[in-house]
Order: sequence, then structure tokens, then C-alpha cells
Amino acid sequence: MDFQIALLLAQDGVVNGAVYALLALALVLVFSVTRVIFVPQGEFVAFGALSMAAIAGGRTPGTLWLLLVLAALAIVVEAWRARRGLAVDWRSTLVWAVAFPALAALLALVVKPTAQWAQALATLVLITPLGPLLYRIAFRPLADATVLSLLIVAVAMHGVLVGLGLYFFGAEGSRTASFSDSRLDVSGIVVTGQSLVVVGTTLVLSALLFAFFERTIVGKALRATAINRVGARLMGIPTALAGDLSFALAAMIGAVSGLLIAPITTVYYDTGFLMGLKGFVAAIIGGLASYPIAMAGAVLVGLLESFSAFWASALKEVIVFTLIIPVLLWRSLKSRHVEEDE
Amino acid sequence: MNRRHVVIAAIVALAAAWPFLGEFSVTLLCYIGLYSMVAAGLVMLTGVAGMTSFGQAAFVGLGAYATAWASTSALLSSSLGLAAGSALLPWAGLALGLAITGAVAWGLGAVTLRLSGHYLPLATIAWGLSLYYLFGNLDFLGGHTGLGGIPALTVFGVSLASTRSLGLAIWAVLLLALWALHNLLDSREGRAIRALKSGRVMAESMGVNTAGQRVKVFVLAALLAALSGWLYAHMQRFVNPTPFNLNLGIEYLFMAVIGGSGHLWGAVLGATVITLMKQYLQDWLPTLLGASGSFETIVFGLLMLIVLQRFADGLWPAIARAANRWLKPVPPPRLPPPVALPTTAAAPAGQVVLEARAVTKRFGGLVANNAVDLDVKAGEIHALIGPNGAGKSTFFNMISGVDDPTEGRVHLLGRDMGGRPSRAFAALGLGRTFQHVRLLGTRSVLDNVALGAHRRGRRGWLAAMLRLDRAEEAALLAEARRQIERCGLGAQAAALDLAPRLAGRDAAARPRRGGRAARRGAAPDRALRPGRPGRHAGCIAAARAAAHRGDRTRARRTPVPAAARRAGRGPAASREARAGTAALAIAQRGLGHPRRRARHGVRHEPRRPHHGARLRHRHRPRHAARSAGRPESAGGLPRR
Repeated sequence: MDFQIALLLAQDGVVNGAVYALLALALVLVFSVTRVIFVPQGEFVAFGALSMAAIAGGRTPGTLWLLLVLAALAIVVEAWRARRGLAVDWRSTLVWAVAFPALAALLALVVKPTAQWAQALATLVLITPLGPLLYRIAFRPLADATVLSLLIVAVAMHGVLVGLGLYFFGAEGSRTASFSDSRLDVSGIVVTGQSLVVVGTTLVLSALLFAFFERTIVGKALRATAINRVGARLMGIPTALAGDLSFALAAMIGAVSGLLIAPITTVYYDTGFLMGLKGFVAAIIGGLASYPIAMAGAVLVGLLESFSAFWASALKEVIVFTLIIPVLLWRSLKSRHVEEDE
Repeated sequence: MNRRHVVIAAIVALAAAWPFLGEFSVTLLCYIGLYSMVAAGLVMLTGVAGMTSFGQAAFVGLGAYATAWASTSALLSSSLGLAAGSALLPWAGLALGLAITGAVAWGLGAVTLRLSGHYLPLATIAWGLSLYYLFGNLDFLGGHTGLGGIPALTVFGVSLASTRSLGLAIWAVLLLALWALHNLLDSREGRAIRALKSGRVMAESMGVNTAGQRVKVFVLAALLAALSGWLYAHMQRFVNPTPFNLNLGIEYLFMAVIGGSGHLWGAVLGATVITLMKQYLQDWLPTLLGASGSFETIVFGLLMLIVLQRFADGLWPAIARAANRWLKPVPPPRLPPPVALPTTAAAPAGQVVLEARAVTKRFGGLVANNAVDLDVKAGEIHALIGPNGAGKSTFFNMISGVDDPTEGRVHLLGRDMGGRPSRAFAALGLGRTFQHVRLLGTRSVLDNVALGAHRRGRRGWLAAMLRLDRAEEAALLAEARRQIERCGLGAQAAALDLAPRLAGRDAAARPRRGGRAARRGAAPDRALRPGRPGRHAGCIAAARAAAHRGDRTRARRTPVPAAARRAGRGPAASREARAGTAALAIAQRGLGHPRRRARHGVRHEPRRPHHGARLRHRHRPRHAARSAGRPESAGGLPRR
């Protein structure tokens, strides 16, 4: 391997790592706020990419029907809760189960945008409300369950969403048009515009998230919920809202990752799962708690992946997923006393 | 007729029907047996010990590939000096598979066992994926095409080449495994395993090596999976990576959870349900949806969501409840005469047993304990008094090994205990109770107390599985009964085997009416029945701590728990201390009357008027156990 190849691989690794970093951010966010280890995070990536491909191809994405069904289901659930005398936040229900789905249906069925940015926007409007709706239907009734139960539910949801993905989009993969066709020549290394778009979007998005968590009252409320749920509730922060919001952010981040990755690689209905798991490896490096360490871990995962693809391409996945063992060993050596899980 | 009779009748019926079943049914039953074996391991792991694995399919794969390689490779047969195709090679394959699986599972368990519970399942996901890709990319294992030509099993010269004959072997192995697991759960080690789910800190303080037990349960589940894989390879005579990928690992977990992850028979039920559903869904779902693909994952996923939201315990408990209306209870086991248990030798009065020097604990910027010194001599009673948030619990944790001091040292019986786990403290004879008494709500009173005596038994897993531990088990249970009587619950002893749900959380699973309890041949005390959770919780916890040490003092007339005595009632407590065989016990309780606090030289906190107000109007509870069993938040100063 010479320096040129190393640089190329590094570039590849950083671009993939940037996408994993976004996923890792979403995973840490969802886990810290709701204690859900959100295995289906990757499915949003595949849904985002394949919906974008469908919209660009002039077809109606199947995810729209999923969104409409989930929205109807969520309204039924909320009405049932209201009948049983439970407090129902109709305003947020209106946003997630009526406004977003209606807008998405309008965009996908009537407007049928042709500009690439408008198609991307339509995809985001379509995928983002899936997060809070899934949260309300699947996870909120189990809000007091153990982390393990929530994890099993998450894995079950992964099965459902992958199966639906196969049904909606078929077994063939799709690739979308690049957001930027420009190519830069930096001292002999060709840098594609798309990879700059990926890294740039990741940086901008994480900066926005940082500002959201540091500067806005809603972001601070989310952080407070992550640190201490009961305390946050005592201060008047509705924890259900925190759940909605973290899942919406996760879905949006997943869809953005899908949009970013689709021009680089062919996305299949089950591609997202492996990507989500690599995000998990990164999130575990950060202990499922630290955003910056998780992002750094994601870049490490991306680099490891691209370099092992060069040396032992068949064992690429083995090497990446085995990375989790030394990481866990290191974490394990740091802790000494028995902790209660439940 | 009781449940045991039904099980035996079902097995006999299956065996009698076996020669007449159709080829398809036999094959289906073989798969159900193989899957049940894996699911039974997962029941132990998930439902009993509170861990989860999505990677069991990979362990099945290890077992299958090990025997596939061992029975076909010329390398192994020549190095063992066996003829190619020798009937012994599959057994070498079994040994190899179990050895590799055991080693891998131990390694995975060891790196995750100290971490929070969700790291193990995440590691198993990663591991399951890795192994799948590894199988597919190793040339000597046939890559993605797989390995064929695996010979049939031969047992004592009888060939198990047909599915029908191998199926018998599969079900025999499964039933043996279920029997052994059932025995294991019904033993000293079983009590320790059951405590892993929700009482790890407590079990550790009773001398259970919870980390070690967790690894062992994980290895056990993995070995069962490998055994299933071994049989699978010799049934299919061909292996490729597909049946060992992560999806199958997830399906195994679904079997355990849907069947009822806390019950061994739930594994068989879950495996049956999922296998049959898969069989039929694969046929008609693609027709229904008009597309080809494995859509059964959608149905399984939705089924899981419903089961977890509506029947968190799975289907088996619902069936068992319905059946219990018709069935008599299983009679209590007959145990052999008990053996003698070791007791902790008493330290001579006046010797310093526990010594805390400048113990400081900081939580970030908060100093909970600041350079606290404490000497406890044998035969002494100490009380630690302070308002809410004064750091009493923190200090208790420091001197019992539940947590490490930031600075300072703790010596127990002259030994430096810095960084030692609480089971090391327990091994030296220190017993403790907790403020939040930490009972295992779904286990019987007797089990809860017998767990305290864990350290005094020696018999391990194998002995328990093979029922070689009965004399010791009898001794442990007898000791538990004795301690329960000592702590004033003797009048309720008849109800102790009833498994009263002390936590009262799982309303559906409680033994409900007194009538049914009476039919079981016991008249339960009202206080031990659900609905009155926790009235005796303190007594039970105290009995547990006493069982740990083997205290032997005269039974008292007043039903005052030992812990309350120790913390509160002076004369009785000192009497116990004088007679004490105990090296040391520390009991954390709410305290008695404020006047007595003054006697112990602790001043009131006049700056916190609500405390003063409470204390002035309070009456001393007749026994402090009344306030036990409350959640942690209700701790600190006594209420009422």
C-alpha cells in the first residue's frame, strides 16, 4: 500500500464514518432519553434512501402508506387513551399524526416535486414522523419496562420494518443521483463533491444539534430528561414529549443518512441494518452516553472498515464487529462493582 | 392428578405415537425439539437470570460446523488414528463443538458481565453477525456453499440415519436437559441464579459471585445451543451458514419470550408455536402479499410487540394458570436428613472486627462521607443516626463492600478490604440487610431466606443438576426455617412454601383466593398473602442475614426481627450480641424514638423544622419492621 491508496482509503473511511457518526448520535440520543436501544435506526436509512429513489423515479413510495396507517393507528390509540381517562396531548398528536402525514401525502401524491432538494425535503417530511408514531405505538406503553424488554421490542420492530421494506421496495437495490457532481483535485487525490456533501452535512447537522441542546429550551428539556427522568417530570417537562422528539430526531437523522449514502452506494431494503449496527459499535465506544466520543468512534469504525476492505475484503464485517470486544473489555476493566439493572 | 402426571402422560403419548406419525410430522417434531433445546437455554438466560442473547444461532452454528468439520476432515481422523468415517468422529466433533462454544461464550460473557445488562445482547448481535460472515468466508468450512457428507450418528452400534430414529435421540436429549435445568433451578445455585435478575447487589452481599454465575448461565445456554447444532448437523448431513445468521438468533429469542421466558416448558411451547407458524406463514404470506420474500418476520415482530405489551410473561403462564384449576399441586419434595452446615466462628468479645479509617466518599462535588472513623468490637451494638441525606446508606455501602470509598480504608477482621467486592465481606462473616429490603418478590419466603445461607453450602451446578445435593439442600432449607422461626414468623411457617408474591406487582400471577391456598393444604397467614406486601419484609430480610451466619440464640417470645432489635431495642440486642456466634452483622433500619437518639449522643437537627415536627408527634412503632418494605425514597427517617 502506498501513500496514495492510504489517502483514498482514509477518505472513504471518513465519509462512511461521517454517516455512522450521524447514526451513533441518534442512537445515543434515543437511548439516553428513552432507554430504548433503537436497533431499527438503520431501517430509517434504508427507508430514506429508497423513498428518495421512488420519488425521484416518479413512483409513490410505500413508506407513505406505512405513515398513513401508523398515523391512523396512533389517533385510535390516543382516542382510546382519552376514553380511559388518561391525559392525551392532542396538540403533538395533531402535529405527528395529522399535519406531517397530510403534508407528506400532498408532496408525494399531488405536488410530485422535480427539483432534487424538494425531493429530499419530501423524503424528510415522509420519514421523520415515522419515529414518534412508532414510539407512541410500540414503546410508550412499555415506558416502565426494563431496558432488556425495550431492546427485545426494538429488535421485533426491526423485523417488522425490514419485512415491510422488502414488501414496499422489493429485493432490488437503488441508487440516487449525486447531490454534487463536482470533483476536486487536492494534490493528486480526487475528492468527490458528494463526499464533501456527506462530511459537510454531518458537521452542520451535529453543530445544529449541539446548538439545539445547548441553546434552546426544548433541547435543554431533552437533556434534562436524559439525565434524570423523574427530576425532569417534576420540573414540568412532559417525558412523552421528550420521547416523541428524540424519536423524531432519530428518524430525521436516519433519513438524512439515507439521502447522503444513496448516491455513494446501492441501498437495498436491508442495507440499513448493518449501517445501524456500525453506528452502534461507535455508540458503544462512547458508552451509549457521550456524543463526541461516539462521533470519534464512528470515524474509527469507518476507517477500520475501509482499511480492512483493502486488506481482507471478505472479512471486513467480521473485523468491524469484532472491534466491539476490545471496546467492551476496556469498559469492563473500568467498572468494578455490581450494578443493579432493573 | 398433578402437573407431573400430565407431563409424564404427554411424554408417554408422544413416545407411543412416534412410530405412527407421518414423515412430515416427525421432521417438524425434530425441528421443534432442536429449537426447544436452544430456547430452553434462552429461558435460563433471559427469563431466569435477566440477560439476553441474540447470538444463540451462532452457537448452534459452532456446534454444527465443529462436528461437520470433525467428521469429514481427513486431518482430524488421521491425527486421532481413526479410520475415515469412523463412528467415533461425530463424538470428537461434539467435544470440539462444546469446547469451542464454551470458550467463546466464556470470553464474551467475561468482557460484558460487569457492564450494564444491555451490553451483552449488543455484543451477541455483533458476534452473531461476525460468525456468520466468518463461516461464509473460511475455505476449509466450505464457504457459502457449506460442507456436505456428514455421516449419521451411531449410538452403541445403532445407526440413527433415519429422521425417525434421530428424532427419538433429539427428544431424549431435550427431556434430559429440561430435567437437569429444572433440578438446577430447584437448588442452592438455582436460588442464586434467580437472584441475578433483580437482586444482584443483595445476592452479592450474601456471598454469591453474581458475575461468575452470570457467565456460567451464559455458557450453559451456549452449550445447549451447541448441542442442538451437533444434532442438527447429523440430521441434515449438510451445513451452510444460512441457518446460523442473526435472524435465526432473533427467532430463538422470540421463541423463549413468546412461550414464556420464565418457564422451561415455555421454551418448548414457544418453539412449537414459532416453528408451526413459520411453516404455514412461509406458504401463504407470499401468496397473500403477491410478492416473494420472507415476510414472516413482519408477523413474528408484530406478535412479539403484542406479547410484550399484553402478556409480558409469555403464553405458558396463562396456560399453566388455566390448567391449575383442574390439577392438584405437586407434593413438596421429600428430602433426605440434613447434613450439618458450617457456621461462622465467633470472634472473642472485645476484639476489633470492623475498622473504618478516614472513609471519605465523594459523588462528583458532593461529599457524602467525610473522613469517618468507626471501630466495631465483637459483642458491641452501634447505631448510625442522621437525617435524610446524611450519608448513612453511603457509609453502610462503604463498610460492606457494595461501593468503594474515595479515600480511606476499611479493615474487616484485620484484613484490608480496599477494592474488594461485597461477597468478600460476606465470606468473612459479615451479613447485612438493606434499607429497601430487596426481597425477590416472586420467590417464596423460604427461598428468600435460604438465599442468605448460600455461602454455607458447597454443592455446585453439576451436583444440583444430578440431584446429588439433596442432603445439603435439606440442611439449607431447615436452616432457613429455623431462622424464620427465630425472627418471629414461626406461626406462619405453614405458608412459607406458598410463594407469596411479596412485591405484589404481578397481579395476575398471584396465588389469589385463600380457598385455593387451602386446597393446597396450607392455611396462609393473612400477612403473608399478597395485598399486604412488606409487612413482614423486614423480618424476612433479617432472617436472611441471620441464615447467612448461622446465628443460634434462643427463640424469643416477641416477634421482633433481629435487625430491628439490633438497630433499636437495646437490651434484647445486647443479649443477642453476648450470645453471639455472629462475627458481625449490620442492619440498616429506620430508628426508634428520638429520645433514644439523644441517648446515643446524636443531636437533633433543629434547623430542619419538619424533622423536628415529625419526630415530636411520632410514636415509636411497636416494631420497626412495620416500616420495612417501603421503596427507597421512603427511607431515611421513620414515618408515621
